[in-house]
Amino acid sequence: MQAEHLGKQVSSPGSPDGRLTILDNINFSLQSGKSLAIVGVSGSGKSTLLGLLAGLDVASNGRVLLDNIDLNTLDEDGRARLRNQRVGFVFQSFHLLKSLTALENVMLPLELAGVEQPEKTAMARLTEVGLRERFGHYPNQLSGGEQQRVAIARAFAAGPKILFADEPTGNLDQKTARHIIELVFRLNREHGTTLILVTHDHAIASLCDRRLTLAGGSILTDET
Amino acid sequence: MKPDILQLAVKSLLRDWRSGEIRLIAIAIIIAVASLTSVSFFTDRVRQATEIQATELLAADLVLQSRRPVPADVRQLALDHGLITTSITGMRSMVMAGDKLNMAEIKAVEAGYPIRGKLRTSSGLFTAESVTTDIPGPGTVWIDNQLFQQLGIQIGSEVSVGSARLTVSRIISYEPDRGGDMFNIAPRLMMNLADIPATNLVLPGSRVDYSLLLGGESEAILQFRQAIDARTGLRIQGIRDARPELKSALERAEQFLGLAALVSVALAGLAMAMSAQRFVTRHFDNCAIMRCLGADQQTITRIYLLQLLMLSTLSSIIGCAIGYLGQEILARLLAGMTASVLPAASVGPVFTGIAAGTITAVGFAMPQILRLRNVSPLRVLRHDMDPLPLGAIGSYGTAIAALAFLTPWQSGNLRLTVYTLLGMLLTAIFLAGGAVMLIRFLHRYRSRVGTAFRFGLANISRRANSSIAQILGIGLGVMVMLLLTLVRTDLLDEWRGRLPEGTPNYFLINISEDDVPALNQFMGRNNKIVAAIYPMITARLVAINNNTVDPDAFPTEAGQRWARRSYNLTWAAALPVANEISTGAWWPGSSPDDDPLFSFEQQIAQDLGVSTGDTITFLIAGQEVTGRIASTRRVQWDTFNANFFVIANPGTLDNYPANYITSFYLDKDDKHLIIELVKAFPSVTIYDVDALITEVRKIMEQVIRTVEFVFGFTLLAGLVVLAAALQTTHDERSYESALLSVIGAGRRQILAGLAAEFICIGMIAGILAAFSATLVEVVLAKYVFDMDIVINYLVWLIAPLACTAVILVAGLAGTWRVLSTPPIITLRQ
Repeated sequence: MQAEHLGKQVSSPGSPDGRLTILDNINFSLQSGKSLAIVGVSGSGKSTLLGLLAGLDVASNGRVLLDNIDLNTLDEDGRARLRNQRVGFVFQSFHLLKSLTALENVMLPLELAGVEQPEKTAMARLTEVGLRERFGHYPNQLSGGEQQRVAIARAFAAGPKILFADEPTGNLDQKTARHIIELVFRLNREHGTTLILVTHDHAIASLCDRRLTLAGGSILTDET
Repeated sequence: MKPDILQLAVKSLLRDWRSGEIRLIAIAIIIAVASLTSVSFFTDRVRQATEIQATELLAADLVLQSRRPVPADVRQLALDHGLITTSITGMRSMVMAGDKLNMAEIKAVEAGYPIRGKLRTSSGLFTAESVTTDIPGPGTVWIDNQLFQQLGIQIGSEVSVGSARLTVSRIISYEPDRGGDMFNIAPRLMMNLADIPATNLVLPGSRVDYSLLLGGESEAILQFRQAIDARTGLRIQGIRDARPELKSALERAEQFLGLAALVSVALAGLAMAMSAQRFVTRHFDNCAIMRCLGADQQTITRIYLLQLLMLSTLSSIIGCAIGYLGQEILARLLAGMTASVLPAASVGPVFTGIAAGTITAVGFAMPQILRLRNVSPLRVLRHDMDPLPLGAIGSYGTAIAALAFLTPWQSGNLRLTVYTLLGMLLTAIFLAGGAVMLIRFLHRYRSRVGTAFRFGLANISRRANSSIAQILGIGLGVMVMLLLTLVRTDLLDEWRGRLPEGTPNYFLINISEDDVPALNQFMGRNNKIVAAIYPMITARLVAINNNTVDPDAFPTEAGQRWARRSYNLTWAAALPVANEISTGAWWPGSSPDDDPLFSFEQQIAQDLGVSTGDTITFLIAGQEVTGRIASTRRVQWDTFNANFFVIANPGTLDNYPANYITSFYLDKDDKHLIIELVKAFPSVTIYDVDALITEVRKIMEQVIRTVEFVFGFTLLAGLVVLAAALQTTHDERSYESALLSVIGAGRRQILAGLAAEFICIGMIAGILAAFSATLVEVVLAKYVFDMDIVINYLVWLIAPLACTAVILVAGLAGTWRVLSTPPIITLRQ
């Protein structure tokens, strides 16, 4: 994963030049299999950076290389394919499909990828996160921690090369949060995935190989 | 590897069904298609029934007429098609009783006559009539009132018809197939076909009309008609070829029914569009997650479109089934009211129902569904990122296309389709514009009202877009309901008014020139008879623009017929009632004009290929009369006035021998005047059309009743639109109510705020609906139904009140459940 002179501006009628800079000249690279924490106060640009790195959004300047592929050269559908094949996500608010059972939620990326027998893989992933007994449960029948575990199983379902986690423990109590973080790091190790994690929590950040601290849209510190 | 879209779509459909997400849209399609197919099934059956009823006036489903006996192989062909047949032989002949002699129209029938309709006879003059399935037995005849009076005979008297002596056994008071040529026929004598040889009237060269009456299933009739179409020398009369007054009634009925079907389609679409909008809004998150998990735009589009197609097809099938059941129940309810048992519905509506349901669903819901492809995956991080709302063209372009495709199919009338579509489009634009203005107006004055109304008005302004959509939906729904209730009554009453009390029920023909002054005096003495006496001069068309007429040169059969037949010309100074100038101008004044002018009925002008300005030559009593066509006229044939195909200007026909004709209304109580008239003018033929008018009125009433029933279904569809419109903002309203409850608002305060919002929406929608319904009524009355404009001011009172009441009750009922639920549960949902 490599970010080169990455920047994001949005139009802002109130500002002097009509533009508001959210991210400015972000440069870093991360080796495969390593973990990176992006930390910073609210409004520092963490989520925007994550969106750019994961190909969910398009940069105003600079470029992102993911597995040596320049995301700028891909259109939206190309980026979607890339996400499907190489990227996994875990979100603060879980983002499970309410109408789908736990198993169906995990099957979804596999089905979108056209994988045969998606059920088998999905079951294996759910078993891996300790939800063997919860296959048929709907999100509203699961606790917050369980929902996040389903989301983690889903993130790892299609065998991603890189996992993006946006405040994965933000909606959970301390004890559950610790279990979830342990799970993410364990699976990350076992699957040899690169992990990019956005968090407020310095304790969680300290578990990563590297920490980028953002302030006002720029990198304040880059620690290893 | 490519994802299996069909599998994903099926799973998505099942999941959405399980979670209740698509139930509303499915119900909308089901109800829409159910109402649509109820209309189609029922219309189909009613149309068949109406045609059966109409066939009574032909006495058959199809009649073959010829100057020569209908060939035996034709009859055999009819039998092979499973049709029932019966023959009629008709001719004019003198009938003698003692020393009295009268010209009569002889009708020789065989068993089985009439195939449709019933004969009614009585045993004496003006005595009670009864329905009979018999025909005159061999050796006996039945005669009508006129002949009975003219011959001065009794039941049981003998009359001579040609060489045969036959006994009068009954008086015919009604025969179903008599009305058509009423001005050309002499009094009636009906006899048994078996007695014809004994009369020796059928000789080489004698003028005899042979008819073969046919009856059977409409499909068999159609097939037989196609098989026989090429046979020359046979004139084929289906119910639409005969009887102009009936043709007019049937066409009008079809227009009404077509309109009902058309409105059902539009309402169905509206309900679907609203449901689809809600479905899509609730799927933004799902799509964002799917996009995030790698689904490209094409995958999203395919999954949801396929899902929509599967849903609409399945729902349409269910809708068809319910529609079939619905019309079956309706038909049973109607069984006591209709004269005949309704025929079974055909399967056609099933296919058209499924196709129409799917096309409507795709047309109205697809633009919304396509929005899903534009959901940004970034929405997973920033929840406020909704895809751009659809523009007006995006929203309604395919909907209008779907309607434009479906409506001619449903209404079968291009003009009606265009007017209704344009009307709906303009109404939608007008409603949206009006809603924006009224919302702004109310918003400005919200500080002057109480808290509840301030809250309600603030809600409407804040949700301006959805409020406008809601007002549009409700406004259109209520407008349609107004059209179908109040306005429909206006239009139907107007139609009913075409045959008001006082419609002429007596025709006097064969009035000689010498009789005219005395007849005028007679009518003057008895002020109960008011009528204009028209001259009637027999003529043949010999040249058009100085070119001799060759009947075979006319491209159409109708043209050939007009070129061959004789005309009854009249002259008139003023345009007769129930006549309207189509082209050219009516001659001014009543002073005899040196220049002969003619006015042609527009249909025969079209059949003959002539128009205003053409020169026409008629042969009258051996002399040629040439004149210019000054105008063409549209004639309301269904008014029972004495109407003429060709009218000349005063002076043109002065020197030619004329017979005179008149028609007037006479109350039942004054019938003795007819007997006096018969005595005073023995050579005048009096024709009583009371029975015929009653028949036509009966058909009209039945058509009106069926239209009312059919419109009842459309009314239900309108209510579904109302429900869908309220449902669109239900989620948001529930969420806000729960939130208000959390921050301490009491149930009463929340209800007051909601009530204020519903009242405002209801009032705005009601006012706009009343305005647009009036507008559409004016357009329909003037341009489609060709009636006088009637504006129902009651609409302006009823619409806002009813609209407000319905929305208030339905809206509060929908939200009541939320208020009874702990707010935390609502918020979690």
